[in-house]
Amino acid sequence: MRDLTLTINGAPVSVAVDERTLLVQLLRDELRLTGTHVGCDTSQCGACNVLLDGEAVKACAVLAVQAEGAGVVTIEGLAQGEALHPMQAAFREHHGLQCGFCTPGMIVAGIDMVRRLGTELDAQTVRAELEGNLCRCTGYHNIVKAIQAGASAMAGPAPAAVAAE
Amino acid sequence: MFAFAYHRPATLIEAQAALAASEEAKPLAGGQTLIPTLKQRLASPSDLVDLGGIPALRGITVVQDLLVIGAMVRHVEVATSPIVATHLPALAALAGLIGDPAVRNRGTLGGSVANNDPSADYPAACLALDAVIVTDRRELPAGDFFTGLFETALQPGEIVTAVRFPLGGEATYEKFPNPASRYAMAGVFVRRGEGGIRVAVTGASQGGVFRWGAAEAALAAGFSPAALDGLRPEAEEMIADIHGSGAYRAQLVAVMARRAVARLAAAR
Ligand SMILES: Cc1cc2nc3c(=O)[nH]c(=O)nc-3n(C[C@H](O)[C@H](O)[C@H](O)COP(=O)(O)OP(=O)(O)OC[C@H]3O[C@@H](n4cnc5c(N)ncnc54)[C@H](O)[C@@H]3O)c2cc1C
Ligand code: FES
Ligand code: FES
Repeated sequence: MRDLTLTINGAPVSVAVDERTLLVQLLRDELRLTGTHVGCDTSQCGACNVLLDGEAVKACAVLAVQAEGAGVVTIEGLAQGEALHPMQAAFREHHGLQCGFCTPGMIVAGIDMVRRLGTELDAQTVRAELEGNLCRCTGYHNIVKAIQAGASAMAGPAPAAVAAE
Repeated sequence: MFAFAYHRPATLIEAQAALAASEEAKPLAGGQTLIPTLKQRLASPSDLVDLGGIPALRGITVVQDLLVIGAMVRHVEVATSPIVATHLPALAALAGLIGDPAVRNRGTLGGSVANNDPSADYPAACLALDAVIVTDRRELPAGDFFTGLFETALQPGEIVTAVRFPLGGEATYEKFPNPASRYAMAGVFVRRGEGGIRVAVTGASQGGVFRWGAAEAALAAGFSPAALDGLRPEAEEMIADIHGSGAYRAQLVAVMARRAVARLAAAR
């Protein structure tokens, strides 16, 4: 076991973890943040994407102990009270989900795209950038639209966008 | 996962000591191959020595006519580095084709070459560019470093610290990714420079990354896609699995090589 201190969704967390614990296991099993999903055992589906120091990573391919001292943001940490993050709001507005299983990872991937590529994203770019996020329901069409719209909305002065940083 | 002890040294010397303490200790870089492997219980290291806290393994620099990239430099950094874009744009483009954005945010150059997956991208660049793999003990030309399927010349506890890519000439990389995994089904890196023409192929061969001598000779006689007409590697030597037969992969290699040469010829 090892003592681990990190920040999760803005709050300091100290826990003792087995070295083998994956970041996604810490989030889901220990901290009950079950919005981060596990969709595969091959690190290919992206359902487990979270922001680690602001960057999208697959929480199933990171050891919890590797996040020592880091800041983790999960889907639960994006909204500000009742106000959804603009990327979340865009998924609702554009019907970017059906069952919703892939959605947390998609939203995190969308936020990471904005961080790296800015708020003006064309459809082709979004499709290429989603190569690590699988959706079994939607056919991606509305996910692409939602990410484009969410990215544009993140350009605006919405306070929720600032909270996601 | 089997149990292991976790270490996060701050210096190379501490990492060497941690690795020397047990024969079953292994370095941990981006974890994008190692952690899935541990999850499947395909590896059981006694100790994981996380190289992520060692500043000496980071950094991208140009020293005279060499591009030097630290082992812990992540794929995303190579893909977006202005230095790499200026001096070796083909390598930046290759890094941007590895896996997906989340994999590129974690995976490293050192981890990729140390792992020598037969479908990994960097080994093709290292071999075609005649790169030197620098470790904490020695320097090895890529041709001596990659020794076979998932096999390298690395000794137990030896740490890749950087890769040195010679600059000059022109290079390009063409990849046909597996649509699910994004790994190369065939990837062909072509370099044309003072040392002649070098063609390295990944993704396809049962023996891992290789130089395609016949293509190099044909291109030396005339640098055009037509020079490769009728050439393809032996289908029996290519990987045959659920993703494609040996003949299919041999054909992919031929097509990727022709595309790469066409791109280079057009760029002149
Ligand atoms: C979904 C997915 C898609 C991928 N697609 C591609 C792709 O298209 N192309 C591609 O090339 N790769 C692909 N990869 C692999 C990815 O590039 C890995 O990041 C890379 O192969 C290993 O690098 P790492 O830093 O993650 O190393 P790790 O997984 O941490 O380590 C890999 C191995 O190398 C050893 N090691 C690591 N660093 C060193 C060092 N400095 N010195 C000595 N030994 C060391 C470790 O002990 C381990 O045995 C993919 C991975 C995933 C999960
Ligand atoms: S659960 Fe992490 S990529 Fe599928
Ligand atoms: S909405 Fe069901 S998997 Fe994407």
